[in-house]
Amino acid sequence: MARILHIEDLRVHFPINIGTVRAVEGANLTIEEGEVMGLVGESGCGKSTLGLSILRLLRPPGRIVEGKILYHGEDIVRMGAKEILALRGGRIAMIFQDPLTSLNPLFSIKEHFIETLRTHEKRIETKEALARAERMLSSLGISPERLHEYPHQMSGGMRQRIMIGLGLILNPDLLIADEPTTALDVIVEAQFLDLLDDLRKRFNLSIMLITHNLGNVAQLADRISVMYCGTIVEVGPAQTIFDEPLHPYTQGLLASIPNIKLDEPELKLMRGSLPDLVSPPSGCVFHPRCPRAMDVCSEEWPKTAAVNGHQVNCWLYR
Amino acid sequence: MNYSPARALARIFAPAARMGKKYGVEWWILCAGACIIAAILFMALFPGTLAPFNPHQQDTGPQLASPGGAHLMGTDNLKRDVWSRIVYGSRTILGVSVLAALLSSLVGITLGLLSGYSGGILDRILSLIMDSVYVFPGLILAIAFAAMFGPGIINITLAVAVIYIPTYFRLVRGQTLAIKQELYVEAARAIGASGTTILWKYIFPNVIATTVVVFTLNVADAIMIEAALTYLGLGLPPSIVDWGMDLAMGKKYLPSGQWWLITFPGMMISLLALGFTMLGEGLAEILNPRLLER
Amino acid sequence: MKNLVRYIVTRTLLTIPMVLILLSIVFVVLRVMPGDPVSSMLGGHAPERVIEQKKEELGLNRPLAVQYVDYLWQVARLDLGDSMVFQQGVTDAIIEKMPATIELTFFAMIITLVVGVFLGAYAADHRREFRDSMIRLYGIVIYCIPVYWLGLMLQLIFGIWLDIFPIAGRTGSRILSSTFEQSGFYVIDTLRAGNYAAFGDVMHHLVLPAFTLGLTLSGIFVRLTRANMLDVLKADYIVAAEARGITHTKIVYRHALKNAMIPILTMMGLQVALLMAGAILTETTFSWPGMGRLLLERIYLRDYPTIQGVIIVYALFVAMVSLVVDIIYAMVDPRIRY
Repeated sequence: MARILHIEDLRVHFPINIGTVRAVEGANLTIEEGEVMGLVGESGCGKSTLGLSILRLLRPPGRIVEGKILYHGEDIVRMGAKEILALRGGRIAMIFQDPLTSLNPLFSIKEHFIETLRTHEKRIETKEALARAERMLSSLGISPERLHEYPHQMSGGMRQRIMIGLGLILNPDLLIADEPTTALDVIVEAQFLDLLDDLRKRFNLSIMLITHNLGNVAQLADRISVMYCGTIVEVGPAQTIFDEPLHPYTQGLLASIPNIKLDEPELKLMRGSLPDLVSPPSGCVFHPRCPRAMDVCSEEWPKTAAVNGHQVNCWLYR
Repeated sequence: MNYSPARALARIFAPAARMGKKYGVEWWILCAGACIIAAILFMALFPGTLAPFNPHQQDTGPQLASPGGAHLMGTDNLKRDVWSRIVYGSRTILGVSVLAALLSSLVGITLGLLSGYSGGILDRILSLIMDSVYVFPGLILAIAFAAMFGPGIINITLAVAVIYIPTYFRLVRGQTLAIKQELYVEAARAIGASGTTILWKYIFPNVIATTVVVFTLNVADAIMIEAALTYLGLGLPPSIVDWGMDLAMGKKYLPSGQWWLITFPGMMISLLALGFTMLGEGLAEILNPRLLER
Repeated sequence: MKNLVRYIVTRTLLTIPMVLILLSIVFVVLRVMPGDPVSSMLGGHAPERVIEQKKEELGLNRPLAVQYVDYLWQVARLDLGDSMVFQQGVTDAIIEKMPATIELTFFAMIITLVVGVFLGAYAADHRREFRDSMIRLYGIVIYCIPVYWLGLMLQLIFGIWLDIFPIAGRTGSRILSSTFEQSGFYVIDTLRAGNYAAFGDVMHHLVLPAFTLGLTLSGIFVRLTRANMLDVLKADYIVAAEARGITHTKIVYRHALKNAMIPILTMMGLQVALLMAGAILTETTFSWPGMGRLLLERIYLRDYPTIQGVIIVYALFVAMVSLVVDIIYAMVDPRIRY
């Protein structure tokens, strides 16, 4: 399998007046063609920033300081403005957390589709664009007549499907979904995840699913990357990440989900909270919260080790 | 430690600089506005120290002399000294606009508090009237009043004051309605506080903070309205020295190129309005950043 | 669509109380307040008998309630009475001057919107940069420059020193107004007559007054647009549009600006009031024969029926504008349906 996306030592910083927020600090991530990669972590760990960096959508003062983002071998970090625009929507699609606010309230669904198509295929006729939009809507299970409606006339789940449609109308091969179901209720969420799974097969998509909801990734992801404090601490196949987590952080994260099947007596919560990203702890960033911290942990950042098919950054696995 | 003037100065300005660090640009805007106002206030309070001539004195030099020499800003057609007239004219505009703003805030705040607190039919009627006046162009209203009252310093003050009453009324009424719903007011009422106590102790202090900002900006507006009325020849008898009237007079000499007669009075009006606007803007940003965006 | 019609009808009906209140205020100011129009018109030294006779003639001796009802009935018939100074109906005098005012305010509004909205949007797009600070400074300073002084300075610079624009009137002396059809809207008249020289002359005369009035108001629009744009640019749909590859220019000036304009539109009614007040001062400065100058001329002549008539027309105009603004608002924003 070929790598569709390969992120290498990415560092994203936000200089603010009290210092520099190191939102992403040395992250490595690979997505193979056709796979669903789940990116999980607590809110504020930098996973959304990582997602935005792929399309270079960072808001100032945020910027990529170092690292590579290779998409089919091309480095996105070094791309010119024109290439980036062609990439966005054309080859990589992205959907966001809140479908209720992700569509422009003053534009009808039709206008959204026409504008997106026109942006990438300059000479497309309105008729042709409409036909394609209609086909897309029906394939998403939405009646084509709703094309003439405005966002406020639709439900949240429907709007999220519209967002997907807008993303996929130009046949991109990678979809970045940033917390796509957080704002949806449970039933709609399940339907939406089914749809995503279905689309992935039909459009031959690779998906990067960013979420703090481990249930979502369990249902959909092939592999999982666990992010903590701007860096990836463990990567492995979804099944074994759940069954045999290696990194103490992954273990803590899994232990903190309520599990009705196992009937555990109490919920284990990780002690402490995310450290200050302006002045992160020395050595392994997790050591102040780690139940198994050793002396070496506060001194040096552990190199990546391959254990049982996982890549893990922890001094326990030397 | 040795005494050094530089260090003493630094100590005096240190608090200002600290505020500057805390609030950024807005603080410096506020300071600049305050400096402008202070300078013009000095003019108004001690005109004798700045003006070389009596503003009414004719034959101070050649007719329509351009700026320079004994006449910093030149002379007008009656050989009066323009700079001296500017200095004395500051009293009129500053007095009228500040007094007008005070008067309208007094009436507007009182009516707003009453209307918002009591509610009912009084509130409905007052709101309807105030809203209608609010959308009507203030200058036209002031022109109508000034035309009816005739010239006079009290009359022009009243004419300017009338148009700002709805501004205060709407602001205070809205806030009163909001505060009335707050838990601590409910609690005060529950333990038997009287209506006056609640108005005076709970609602009034909350309302006053935002009113200060609006007041400052209103003075800026009143300055331009006052000068507009006198520029149009309404509101003041010719015996009073006033920037707007000087501007109207200078207008006659514009085609022949006597630029100083319009440039200086107009500049002073703008500068004074700018001073109050900057003070208000700075205050607004520091007291409540979102106030002006609404 | 049906909802929109219903909304327009309700909104129109709601204008009636507002108009009534405005008319009542005008009545109170001009008739009930101290100040006797008749004696001041006759010069203050007229014998009592003459004053009484004139009052009788004008119906000012009747009870106030009767006068008030009569006054409202007059306005309802759009018959504003006769001038006390000239042999002319007030309505006719106003109709004659109105086109000049409308022409001036129309072009001024265009300048205000283009300059103010563009600068505001541009500043928001370059937030916290030097350009942004400069534009904000422009907004504050231009707001503090009285419109009449700006007019005088522009006259001085462009009319006298550079001598490239005329400083007074609507047309040059050589172009007689009788050469074209008289609707009073010279821009339209000259175009319809195909008299392009006259059209050029009319536009030439419009430049300074329209810029004077337009630039003065642009400061408010810079601030309003900038503040709204900053809010809108933070919205999720802006990032979402960026993620679809839509160009930055399109995002700022199409997606964001359209949304930012909605709150601005709701405040347009108030800006129009400022525009009309500014027009009075601009007309005086540029000897522009519009309603504002009519009002002031008649104030000097103490022609009370005309003063009252002009102010009534302003009041009706304000009410109409706020009505139209609300209707446009309902049509632009698909979310608003009453």
